[in-house]
Amino acid sequence: MAIGTWLTTERGRAATLVVPPFVYALLLLAIPVGAVILFSFWTQDFMTVDRTFTLDNYREIATTPVYGLLLRRSLFVSGTVTIVTVLLAYPIAYFVSFHVPAHRKSLWLFLITIPFWTSYLIRVFLWKVILGYNGVINSGLQGLGIIDEPLTFILYNVNAVIITLAHAFAPFAILPIFVALEKIDRSLLEASQDLGETRLTTFLRVTLPLSMPGLVAAVLIVFIPTIGDYVTPELMGGAGGKLIANMIQTQFLQLNNAPLGAALALVAMVSVTAISLVFILLNRRWLRGR
Amino acid sequence: MLRGYAVLYLIFLYAPIALLPIFAFNDGSIIAFPLQGFTTRWFSELWTNSALHNAVQNSLFIAVMTAVFATLLGICAARAGAMASFPGKQGILGFVMLPLVLPEIIVAVSLLIVLRQVLGLQLSNWSVIAAHVLICTPFSIAILNGAFQNLDPAMEEAAMDLGESRWSAFRLITLPLVMPGIVSSLLISFTISLDEFIIAFFLTGTNPTMPVYIWGLLRFPGQLPVVMALGTILVALSIILLTIAEYYRRRGLARAGVADTGGFL
Amino acid sequence: MTRPLIHLESIHKYYGDYHALRGIDLDIRPGEFFSLLGPSGCGKTTLLRTIAGFEDVSSGNMFIDGRDMKRVPANQRPTNMVFQSYAIFPHLTVAENVGFGLRRDPRPKAEKAKAVEEALEMVGLRGYGKRAAHALSGGQRQRVALARALILKPKVLLLDEPLSALDKKMREQMQVELIRLQRSVGITFILVTHDQEEALVMSDRIAVMFEGEIGQMADPETLYRRPNSRRVAEFIGKMNILPGHVTEGGPGVTVDVAGLGRAEVATEQAPGGVVAGDTAVGIRPETLAILFEGEETTRRVVEGVVDEVVYYGDMTYYDVRVDGVPEPLNISMKNLIGRPVLDVGTRTRVAWDERSLVVLAR
Repeated sequence: MAIGTWLTTERGRAATLVVPPFVYALLLLAIPVGAVILFSFWTQDFMTVDRTFTLDNYREIATTPVYGLLLRRSLFVSGTVTIVTVLLAYPIAYFVSFHVPAHRKSLWLFLITIPFWTSYLIRVFLWKVILGYNGVINSGLQGLGIIDEPLTFILYNVNAVIITLAHAFAPFAILPIFVALEKIDRSLLEASQDLGETRLTTFLRVTLPLSMPGLVAAVLIVFIPTIGDYVTPELMGGAGGKLIANMIQTQFLQLNNAPLGAALALVAMVSVTAISLVFILLNRRWLRGR
Repeated sequence: MLRGYAVLYLIFLYAPIALLPIFAFNDGSIIAFPLQGFTTRWFSELWTNSALHNAVQNSLFIAVMTAVFATLLGICAARAGAMASFPGKQGILGFVMLPLVLPEIIVAVSLLIVLRQVLGLQLSNWSVIAAHVLICTPFSIAILNGAFQNLDPAMEEAAMDLGESRWSAFRLITLPLVMPGIVSSLLISFTISLDEFIIAFFLTGTNPTMPVYIWGLLRFPGQLPVVMALGTILVALSIILLTIAEYYRRRGLARAGVADTGGFL
Repeated sequence: MTRPLIHLESIHKYYGDYHALRGIDLDIRPGEFFSLLGPSGCGKTTLLRTIAGFEDVSSGNMFIDGRDMKRVPANQRPTNMVFQSYAIFPHLTVAENVGFGLRRDPRPKAEKAKAVEEALEMVGLRGYGKRAAHALSGGQRQRVALARALILKPKVLLLDEPLSALDKKMREQMQVELIRLQRSVGITFILVTHDQEEALVMSDRIAVMFEGEIGQMADPETLYRRPNSRRVAEFIGKMNILPGHVTEGGPGVTVDVAGLGRAEVATEQAPGGVVAGDTAVGIRPETLAILFEGEETTRRVVEGVVDEVVYYGDMTYYDVRVDGVPEPLNISMKNLIGRPVLDVGTRTRVAWDERSLVVLAR
């Protein structure tokens, strides 16, 4: 069929409509990411970029201990944040889906999402106010006479970074789980209880497996983006809490070494993607193995 | 028990924001307890700060442009999504949604390389807009998908059957029905762009955006109460905008005669 | 014969490799109530949508009122449609919905408003104009959809399964109303339905479609009494199908029917054509009769044993096993005064008539 007549069919019109967003994403995402890949094989030579293909950047990343340390710490932080966030989020999603009356659900979701939309920087900074030396927790605990000296293990370290990020990504984890739970046909739960399962075993044998797609989405939507956050570690992490994203930012904006920064960004990206894929595969196998 | 946990969780979510107004009106230059007394002088300082005004203007410009472009792209994608399938459609729409899960630093770094090193362009508000459109489009699509997919495809056909052209059928039937979704998408994109820092910090030109300006202020302890005042205003503004967006989203569902099923995403 | 209002000539429609319409030839007369009947996926809705102009045809010709419809878009065709979902615009009032097609009408506002009011009255919704469309019940929506389509005085009204969303009672009421409406406006109606009873009740003529082809096109009585093939016979009503063997063609047909014996039938009783050899013979359950004690008949009789009894109040349905017939014969009997309901296992006689046999092609 000629292109001209194909474009007038509904499929053709749908295909035409999808062109602008697709081309935009191609130009501003695919091509730039391609450029990053290219750059990671080049090197910075003072003010200019040396365009001979080389693995020097990757060699440097592999041999310089600090990069490996930052990457491992970043993955640890992202992983911990993901586990904490999803574990904290599941009961909330479950509560809203199963225990909140239908007409109040959107109000709850609205309440949950609001803090997410409010100034990110200021929100991170306020955790500093809460966890800080003279912060809310320390002054509160001192005022109650529980502690004499302010607690110091809650600010300027990895713990502080984890708490703050878990807070920032909470709605991201709740929403996909909620959506998956909402899709579960309620009569399945009654059928399970009718067949002799208790509420707990019904949850384990019916609800949890059926909500797995939402859980997986929640894990990915928290785990992948957290690797790229440099605000929280910068403000909350102190000297020992810096992450790979801080290093990428430094390479680009302060050391003006875009090729090394690009290589670092790719290594970080590939690591999270690889871990995510392994997670997805394990999850599939687990679901199938049941 | 679950309800108690939910309430605790909400407290956890709202704890930082609740502190904002407390310190914004606190008559002390250190952000710590005990409180010193009531003042509005941090707010008055906001009015006289011309650097801040410039930053706010930049951010507003960027956010408005981002909202318009992201929503236009979102309309294209969401409408295509609701129409007949063609080979590769799912893949293309999935690709467009990718920025939703991509670390923002990757977007920032890749655009920085292309703009500065490959194309040799100067960074400006438009470089930030370009990136913000990229990350806001998936949100816009997610919101508009709800609006478009609730529409009965026979509706436009009915209008055409009654004598309207393809375009006037869209204008008279589909557009009014998805308008609440469009408004909601504009507001959400606007809010995201206004607040976005990670990308803006990389791509901003000589004139900082508001979050970049705030980032600068965070390094100066003396400026912190002003930041609290600014934050209070921003939070209030966001809540108002989001409430409006939610109102429109629900009205859209009511118009289409669909039961409400959930939040923004 | 008057010139057909709609004339279709070997219409083909492909979706990629899928051959949805396979050479449809069809003439529909002015003022006719015509139905496209068939199982889901048979192409009946596709055919309706090509007539409306929502689907292009891959090949073939289509004329409406003598005008070639090639490259005439839906909005310029003299057809209007009632959609399966009704497609009532939820953001408009009932009156705005009904008057939607009058936007380009040059008449003054007051006249258009009057036309809307008349259209609403015609479908029994007088005074509903100001109501919000999304607050209507299913039956009311359907009436609005009808008024909205009829206000433009189309040459043809296309109805895509218009009654399938209604409950049984409402559906029966709307069937009667649609027939009455069609007679009063005199517009040609084309109805798509998968419900054979609905098609039989409402139509002047019916085209039964299978897999993109028209299997048979006839008036309801012919279709019911003289189906031309096994699949038409089985799709419309209940039919006992027995193996048979045609021994002789010609003016009359001689056929050996398994279990029943040799029969002479008229040529009209073989509408699918006759070839000597193995064939299938159909006989409707209501044309068979159980002979109760003391009843005699001049018709032919076979003996059998009651295999199954289903009591329906006004009717009783029997399955009777007859030697030589592979499947038990389905027989429906009216429960007249004094007639017993037989028990399973009862030996009984079954009366049948050569005139009610149909020789089915394939």
